[in-house]
Formats: sequence, C-alpha cells, structure tokens
Amino acid sequence: MAPFFRRRHRVLPGFGLTLGFTVFYLSVIVLIPLSTLFIKTASLSWGEFWNVIGSARVLAAFKLSFLASLVAASINTVFGLLVAWVLVRYNFPFKRIIDGLVDLPFALPTAVAGIALTSLYSGNGWLGSFFESYGIKTAYSPLGIVIALTFIGLPFVVRTVQPILADLPAENEEAAACLGAGRLKTFWKVLLPELKPALWTGFALAFARALGEYGSVVFISGNMPMKTEITPLLIMTKLDQFDYAGATAIAVLMLVVSFLILLFINLINWRTHRILAPR
Amino acid sequence: MGAAIGLLAKTKEVPRTRATTESWLVRLALIALALTFLFFFLLIPLVEVFQKAFEKGLGAYWQAIQDPETRSAIRLTLITAGIAVPLNLFFGLVSAWAIAKFEFRGKNLLITLIDLPFSVSPVISGMIYVLLFGTQGLLGPFLVEHDIKIIFTPVAIVLATIFVTFPFVSRELIPLMQAQGREEEEAAMTMGAGGLRTFFKITLPNIKWGLLYGVILCNARAMGEFGAVSVVSGHIRGLTNTMPLQIEILYNEYQFVPAFAVASLLALLALFTLAAKGIVEWRSNKS
Repeated sequence: MAPFFRRRHRVLPGFGLTLGFTVFYLSVIVLIPLSTLFIKTASLSWGEFWNVIGSARVLAAFKLSFLASLVAASINTVFGLLVAWVLVRYNFPFKRIIDGLVDLPFALPTAVAGIALTSLYSGNGWLGSFFESYGIKTAYSPLGIVIALTFIGLPFVVRTVQPILADLPAENEEAAACLGAGRLKTFWKVLLPELKPALWTGFALAFARALGEYGSVVFISGNMPMKTEITPLLIMTKLDQFDYAGATAIAVLMLVVSFLILLFINLINWRTHRILAPR
Repeated sequence: MGAAIGLLAKTKEVPRTRATTESWLVRLALIALALTFLFFFLLIPLVEVFQKAFEKGLGAYWQAIQDPETRSAIRLTLITAGIAVPLNLFFGLVSAWAIAKFEFRGKNLLITLIDLPFSVSPVISGMIYVLLFGTQGLLGPFLVEHDIKIIFTPVAIVLATIFVTFPFVSRELIPLMQAQGREEEEAAMTMGAGGLRTFFKITLPNIKWGLLYGVILCNARAMGEFGAVSVVSGHIRGLTNTMPLQIEILYNEYQFVPAFAVASLLALLALFTLAAKGIVEWRSNKS
C-alpha cells in the first residue's frame, strides 16, 4: 500500500505547517459548526423529522421556493445567454461598463437589493403602480419573489457562458455557413450544443443560489404563511421561536438538495471534460 | 457559489465575417432586448436606492447618517470586516500554498470542503452557530456555566461573517498558484533564499492581483452579509446591528429616507467593488 503522503524530496518548505493550519482553520470555522447540524438531526427520530417536513406550512414553503427558483433560474438562463451573446459578439457604447455592471447582484448586499426592489414594485412604487394598473400584483406576491430571485441570480449564466462563447472557434460557424446553414440554424445546431454544459451549470448555480436566498426576498415577499413564505424564512421563524428541532429538519433537507445540485454541476463538468478530452 | 468566475476567465474578441454574424437589424434587436433587461433589473434598482436616499434633500440624508444607532452599525460593520477579511486573507495564502505547491492525497476533497460555505444558505450559515453556541446548543451548558456569551454578541457576528466569506481568497489563489507551478520558487530556494524570503520575493509579487481580487470580493460580502448575521445578532440596537441589519430595522419602521441612506452607503461600496474589480482584471490581463 502506498503511504498516505507520497514521500518524495521536496524543495519547498512549509508543507506540514501550511496543510496543518489549513485543516485546523477549516475544521474550526466550517466543519465543526456544520457538523452540529447533523448531530442535532441525529437526535431527531424519523417520526419527528417527518412531522416537521410533512406539515402543510413547510410543504407550501418548499413548493414556493422550488417553483420561484425554477422560474427565476429559467429567466436567467434565457436572458443570461442573450446578455452573454451580446457582450461577446457585438459592439455598442458603454459595453465595458455594462459588462462590469452585470456583477452588481454579487456586489450589492442582499438587504439593499431587497428594499430597492420592494420600493420599486410595491403599490406606490413606479413599476409596481404600472403593473397594478393592469391588475397585476408584483410585490407581496410570488411574482415579487421571482423578481428578487431573478435579480440575485442574474450574473451566474452570463459569467459561465461568456468565456465559453468567446473561445468557440469561428471555423465551426464558417463551416456551417459553407454548408448552407442560415444563422438561426447554425445557432441551434452548432452553437447551442457547445454552450449547453455552460448553460446547465449557470442554471444550476442560479437555482441553488435562489433556493437559499434570504435577504433580497424577505422584503418583497410579504412573508404570509402558506402564500409567500420561502423556506429560509421558515427556518428563521422556527429559530425565533426556539424550535431548533424544526429548524434543523428543514435545514438538513435544504442542505441535501444543494449538495445534489453541486453533484449535478460536477457531473456536467466531468462529462464535458470527458467529451472534450477523450483519453 | 457566490463568485462563480475568477480572474482566470477572460474573454477575447473574435473577428467576424459576414457569413458568421447576423444582419444589423437582428444585432440591433438583440442588443436592445439585452439592454432593456439589464436596464430594468440592474440599473433601475440601483438608481432607486440613491433616489430614495436623497428624496428629502441632502440635510435629511446627512441627519440620517449622523444617527447614533446608524453610526454604531457602521462601526460594527467596519470592525467585523476588519477582523474577518485579514483572517480569511491569511487562510487563503496558507491554504493555497499547501494545495498549489505540493502533491498529496485528498486534495480535491480539501478544495471541495473549502468551497462548502458557498453552497450553504446564509440562514443555515448563521443557524449552525446557534446550534453550537446557543443556550440550547451543543456547547450551551458549558458556556452558561462559565458565563460566556457568544450568540447575540458581536463575536457571533464576526464568526458568521468569517464563515460566509471563508472561500473567497483561497478559491481565487489556488487555481492561480497551480497555473504558475513551483519552478520559480524552487529556483529561489536552490539559490539559497529562505522559505519566507522566497514567498515574499517570488510568490507574492506573482499573485498580487489575484490576491487583491479575492480580498475585494471578500470584503464586499463581509460588509454586506445579511442572512447569516441576522440569525446570530439578536438585533440589539446600538450593539449588535450591522449596516444591513440596521437597514432592515429602519425599513420595517417605515423610516425610508434613513433606510435608503444607509443602503446608499453599501451601494457605493458595491460600485467601488465593481470598479476595483474591473481595474484589477484589466491590470492582471496586462501583466
């Protein structure tokens, strides 16, 4: 059996020290606190666990979180591709500034985004009043949640698609044009298949972020139980009522879902690398 | 999963011929559609923050910022970032050195674990500290016995902030240092330089832009974190409120001008972050 650390002569110093510190700091800040979640879950019986998860209010929150995140991530995929396409392929004034501004949802604190969107889309905000004149309620409804989640997930698809799109060789499209394909057909048959892994990755990242998002949503959603209450808010409510068992059960389920999404993303990357670089 | 893309991702222009681009009408329509989307989802919310903050004039804005509770929220935010960012900066350097310069088993697992805080919901990030240090928590009885309070104090806020900003610097440095290899450092060592000297003279100059990039993103998140901090803060006015929490309190009390005044400070920070990020990207592309 090979030794755990491959013994070979190392010129550079500090391996033991830096790795030791890395593992120590990681354990203290991340692993030990995170493990409390699983220790707490282990103290719940299956009956208690299902009691929490199966309650109508929790199911409604999960359903809302999933659907709203799904819609927002889908909007982000379509418009993210469009924005990436325009930024990579075309030239227009202020392109560099607009390109930089795409990262705004990463940089702007979620609470700021939350109150800004709420003030815009509430009944007396200027976008909200516009929609209200057509009888559409935006803030304090599921639609408002979708708007907030679309905002915070906006950069993911743009930033995953952009570098792939820029690196696509022009020869593929030239060949398609030589063979008589129009631009639309070239896009569907030549470009889109190449972009698919990046699109899926961006979609999954945006979806995962939307599922866990709290700050930007609590202001615009109105937080009505069964109607506009998202899962992270429900955890918050249970914590405020010192219902740690209930909060833990919901949190563990959420964590499992985000790990599944992470696994999905890695699977896409693994498949793409295998196709692009066959051994 | 906050910062999906790092410095390594660069875009370059591809020259286009008539057969491989669209007619000007299609181009114009696509640009217009994309810009409309960005206008409504990015620009308008940003403008709204400043417009609401200055709605009642400069005087009201200034008065809102002078409020003692707001002042103490600003102070706590600066202190929190002042502790969390240097710690994670140090960790980023140390972990990137171990991971990028040496070969060992379990490296991929270690990288995955370092990225873990990005895939945890902010609310859960705060909650795990309540489960650990809260009165009903794992260490609760011990802490009560020794009269130590962590939850609902600034200590918990700092801890939660360190957790959510944990991966920023290392995930920026690890791929960068891996791409640079270890030949330069090995050459320096062979010529007789000590370990620290090699690090400061060779490694640090090579990674300075990546490091700065990571620190900028780490700081933005540290100052703006809301969910995780909200769980552990207890919202004690003047004591455990950071700027984002102060915004929430003011907004829920219908004090819109003060709420947006504090928000405008954080929005300025975000704009500064984007500008600094752009400059760093540009500089590192050049060098």
